[in-house]
Amino acid sequence: MGESQVYNDKVMEHFFNPRNVGELEEPDGVGRVGNPVCGDIMKMEIKVSDGRIRDIKFMTFGCGAAIATSSIVTELVKGKTIEEAMEVTNHTVAQALGGLPAPKMHCSNLAADALHRAIENYRSRQNRT
Amino acid sequence: MREVYLDHAATTPVHHEVAALVEEHMLQVYGNPSSLHRFGRRARAAMEEARERVARAIAAEPEEIVFTSGGTESNNLALKGVAIRAGRGHLITTQVEHHAVLHTCEALEKQGFPITYLPVDRYGRVTPEQVAAAITADTVLVSVMMANNEVGTIQPIAAIGAICRERGVLLHTDAVQSFGQLNVDVRSLSVDLLTLSGHKVYGPKGVGALYVRRGVRLAPLMQGGGHERKRRPGTENVPGIVGLGKAAELASRDLPERARHLAAMRDRLTRGIQEKIGDVVLNGHPTERLPNNANLCFRYVEGESVLLALDSKGIGASSGSACTSGALEPSHVLMAMGLPHDLAQGSVRFSVGRQTTAEDIDYVLDVLPPSIGRLRAMSPLYAERVPEAPGACVTEEG
Repeated sequence: MGESQVYNDKVMEHFFNPRNVGELEEPDGVGRVGNPVCGDIMKMEIKVSDGRIRDIKFMTFGCGAAIATSSIVTELVKGKTIEEAMEVTNHTVAQALGGLPAPKMHCSNLAADALHRAIENYRSRQNRT
Repeated sequence: MREVYLDHAATTPVHHEVAALVEEHMLQVYGNPSSLHRFGRRARAAMEEARERVARAIAAEPEEIVFTSGGTESNNLALKGVAIRAGRGHLITTQVEHHAVLHTCEALEKQGFPITYLPVDRYGRVTPEQVAAAITADTVLVSVMMANNEVGTIQPIAAIGAICRERGVLLHTDAVQSFGQLNVDVRSLSVDLLTLSGHKVYGPKGVGALYVRRGVRLAPLMQGGGHERKRRPGTENVPGIVGLGKAAELASRDLPERARHLAAMRDRLTRGIQEKIGDVVLNGHPTERLPNNANLCFRYVEGESVLLALDSKGIGASSGSACTSGALEPSHVLMAMGLPHDLAQGSVRFSVGRQTTAEDIDYVLDVLPPSIGRLRAMSPLYAERVPEAPGACVTEEG
């Protein structure tokens, strides 16, 4: 039909077929960012062994960009070491999606933050034991 | 793919009779209405006939109609025109106006005109008593929309009009959404200024009108020729004006039948959604609302994601108003009504039109439930909901 879209095809593909949606049975780390005032809430759960993210799941309340960024960040870091995962930024996530509309770059681009919170949560649990 | 347009509050498809008349006047009645010759006289005659049609549709006199480029300009002309002509003075409006009124008020505020923004109740209504209490010796104008563009709530304009008359204050109403859905009669409403737009009533875009009651003086927004009784300079948009005239005539002729059809389609949609999808909140007034408007919050999901899902199925609806989608703030209207943020983020406005069919509605009722289900399945707010507390707002815990 040729109508121009707000989001590119890759963003739409992740929105309609999000990867790794859900919750883990016994997560090693949980991260949550956002609030209803901002409009998006993201929750990331990770399973870690030998310093690598073996499994990751997300739950997101938010717009198309929020859901797509959540989805792609799980793909980007699954199997990566937690150090590598910490290097993934919101900017990397937006780039991996081939870009996001300018107004969405800040508020809805929180997936890497949610991931980092999950890793920090994992690390603090490690320090406690 | 089937396409269903349910965004008539944003704009409407042009009526074929209107389109035919616009085309004819573009191609054949091309004179400048200010010209003395026959070509000009033909254009002027067409324009004056349109003026009569618009006037008749709202029970006004033809000389009380000023043609403009649309609702935004009419609202600007009403507010700035009165305020600047008065030179000073206080204005009263509501927190739920269209941005064409709210932002005009903000601009006037910067120029030193004090403005009162009246709060609304949870249905989006102001009361005549609130208006009466806000009027001071300095008040020059009250501007309250006839019905809200987002939630469809109808304001008690006739009662507000009676108060304004008694207190000697001018009243403007933005009737852009109401026209073609409600009876708009400037005499029984007791309004002094009233805004109309062509494209919301199956007319062309880029044309509107401002009703200016005889005797009300306005400063023009622009300087130029003496068109429109020195209130709006510039060669008139004759094809657009003729189209607006026809659209206005059809809107008032077909009003009862149209309003019945709109309400029937809207009710089929809201009833169906409430039956098939749980945790849905209808925003706006339950009965005092425009017949075409259903503004709904699907709890635990965000509005834009619903719109994307609907769009992928060929359905056009909107979240908040078209002017704000793309912005991240929730609707100022829903916030003024006191909705919690997470709920306000989830609002979707469906607005049916004269050509909407029961099959269109049933198609929406088929595709919407699985889309909402899919989005809820990935929403942390849905996973954490407390189903035993209807009406409770689920918010982020620190």
